[in-house]
Amino acid sequence: MKRKGAQIIWEVLVQQGVEIVFGYPGGAILPTYDAMLDYPIKHVLVRHEQGAAHAADGYARASGRVGVAMATSGPGATNLVTGIATAMMDSSPIVCITGQVGSTAIGSDAFQETDVTGVTLPVTKHNYLVTRVEDLAPALKEAFYIANSGRPGPVLVDIAKDAQIASMDFELDDSPVRLPGYRPDLRAMAEEYEHAVDLIQSAKRPLILAGHGVMMSGAMNVFLQFVEKTHIPVAMTLLGLGGFPASHPLNLGMMGMHGEAWVNSAIQKADLLIALGMRFDDRVTGNLETYAPNAKKIHIDIDPSEINKVVKVDIGIVADLKEALGLLNSAVPEIKYESWIEYIDELKGDSAVRDIQNLPDNNHLYAAHVIHDLWRITEGNALLVTDVGQHQMWAAQYYKHEQPRKLITSGGLGTMGFALPAAIGAKFAKPEEEVWVIVGDGGIQMTQAELCTCAQEEIKINIAIINNGYLGMVRQWQEFFYERRYAATPLKSPDFVKLADANGLRGLRVERRADVEAAIRQAQELPGTVVIDFRVEQEDSVYPMVPAGATLDAMIRRPNPISESALSD
Amino acid sequence: MTNHNGNQKNGDEKQTLVLYVEDKPGVLNRVASLFRRRAFNIESLTVGHTDLEGVSRMTIVLDADDDIAIRVEANLYKLVNVLRVENVTHTPTVDRDLALIKVKATIENRAEVLQVCDVFRARVVDVATDALIVEITGAEDKIDGLLDVLKPFGILEMVRTGRVSMTRGSETPTIHPEFVPARVPEENAS
Repeated sequence: MKRKGAQIIWEVLVQQGVEIVFGYPGGAILPTYDAMLDYPIKHVLVRHEQGAAHAADGYARASGRVGVAMATSGPGATNLVTGIATAMMDSSPIVCITGQVGSTAIGSDAFQETDVTGVTLPVTKHNYLVTRVEDLAPALKEAFYIANSGRPGPVLVDIAKDAQIASMDFELDDSPVRLPGYRPDLRAMAEEYEHAVDLIQSAKRPLILAGHGVMMSGAMNVFLQFVEKTHIPVAMTLLGLGGFPASHPLNLGMMGMHGEAWVNSAIQKADLLIALGMRFDDRVTGNLETYAPNAKKIHIDIDPSEINKVVKVDIGIVADLKEALGLLNSAVPEIKYESWIEYIDELKGDSAVRDIQNLPDNNHLYAAHVIHDLWRITEGNALLVTDVGQHQMWAAQYYKHEQPRKLITSGGLGTMGFALPAAIGAKFAKPEEEVWVIVGDGGIQMTQAELCTCAQEEIKINIAIINNGYLGMVRQWQEFFYERRYAATPLKSPDFVKLADANGLRGLRVERRADVEAAIRQAQELPGTVVIDFRVEQEDSVYPMVPAGATLDAMIRRPNPISESALSD
Repeated sequence: MTNHNGNQKNGDEKQTLVLYVEDKPGVLNRVASLFRRRAFNIESLTVGHTDLEGVSRMTIVLDADDDIAIRVEANLYKLVNVLRVENVTHTPTVDRDLALIKVKATIENRAEVLQVCDVFRARVVDVATDALIVEITGAEDKIDGLLDVLKPFGILEMVRTGRVSMTRGSETPTIHPEFVPARVPEENAS
């Protein structure tokens, strides 16, 4: 059959199971948009291409499927870059399709020309520049395959306008992609597993560090079996939250800069760390020189370049985690580490839960209250999408996740403006889920144009703005490390209730602790997207905190606890 | 200065990697970009065709210790167009560098220059009234040695290819390894 390049794009997308594309049209991608109308794929028009990449990312993280973003050449494509880098750092499978100027004009500084494959080279898992229609289908098929296999990541396909217009004889075929240089599923040797089992058996104070990889490899069940067989306590990374039930007695909670104090103390005391699908980010290790000084380390990751990257390990196993844990499960004996677990229980007096109890009971609104109440009212079942900053850490501390893919947050890149567009993508991936955005007054203003996308698409999400009048996390650093010199952090915001109204959405405002519950329930019941402006205490800080580069258990704690009764339940 | 890779500027530790890559546009850029963004230091990089169609071969000399070399190798394998990486640092190899040296040679001292070249088994490939172009092939230190003795005559221009390496013996690397399809996760697999 004769097919134009533009049609081939959509045929491959349909074949790959794509149901939705987040994008923004423009000159160089127009032929593709024109052909779109003939294919059963929904398009969501974002208000800025960064939103398209984040929405595709949110879609991918909520569903485990590849998210797709589309943009035109030049500024359209460069606007995607922040979203692509976000997906790269958090290993999220997205495919970005960009239009490029005609192949003969490439390199001539044509209107809206940018070397997008050059620009995105360091922030993509792989990318393609397609200038001939014959190369289009193979490139797209490879893009989907690469994005969602091995360690997932973003792939960009830049397509010259003439390749979209040109025709060729085309038949879809479902032959597997063959990339001789791409072998993402390496398998570790049996001896390495044997050594790991030996270390686990001889450990007295072992601790598991569970990361995003647990979820991405779909290893939740085998992981649970592993923990219940070995009785090794589990510390979670931010992106790992949800990969292991928060209510499980062996789940200690989050580690790292704003992790639970007892978790960080346990890491420093452990004699064996078993790192599963995590990458020892500096936000979880603190000072590397003093990190877990007594611990042997086992690191299991699908990406061989992560082994020994920042922390030298005793055993590095390169494998898919689901497969690796399956093998370990059949090899490890039932073990108990009673005195170690008792020791950690004693440390638990020192906790984030205690921190919320220490908030002054003066009917002022604290972000921790809002998030705690949201957790209680939604019974921990909401799909939470956060932005970056203080509210993100409070969300990680006070919203307990039992299920995977229910906390979507920009971890590695720490991209402000991520939450709202990512939530739009997540909602399309999981329309039956109750989606809540938690975002600061700074972050929402970066991508608030997407409010109108919610209105146009008539989707129902709820947006909780934790509004403290500052770029809160930066302000906190200024308070702790820069003598309270608040350079460029005080922040004026629009009237978010009016802003919601102007976008055809409902806006609510909450200023007192007593009104939180009613507002959350009202938002749940209203039909469309609701924005709640929570006016919280302005100079509250996230505790505990490990200062950047400090030893992991050298934590700053909340000063002067005032009341033990601020928590209503 | 030590960066996060532990790279130290002592210049003593050198690693030689041999890469087989797909001969496609932009592949050299992908390799070079990887070294830049991961802060690995390249000492030299050569690239050329092989006897296999569509496959190019690179020899990369790195300022790095064994641990970093392992990480470089792992990172190179993540590049889709890289077919095969071999660290030949600790294997017996034939290493060659080629230099063209334009050296001042007047009628008075030309014989002396030629004599030096002869000792180093360098060939004269161009002669002008007051200069010679000398071609020398060999290990880097041999070329360094010739440069040292030619310097007093006055070196006008010099170009070196950088090291190319080949392992000794009859073994050949598998450039097209067995194809292993990757596992694509099922949706919401648990």
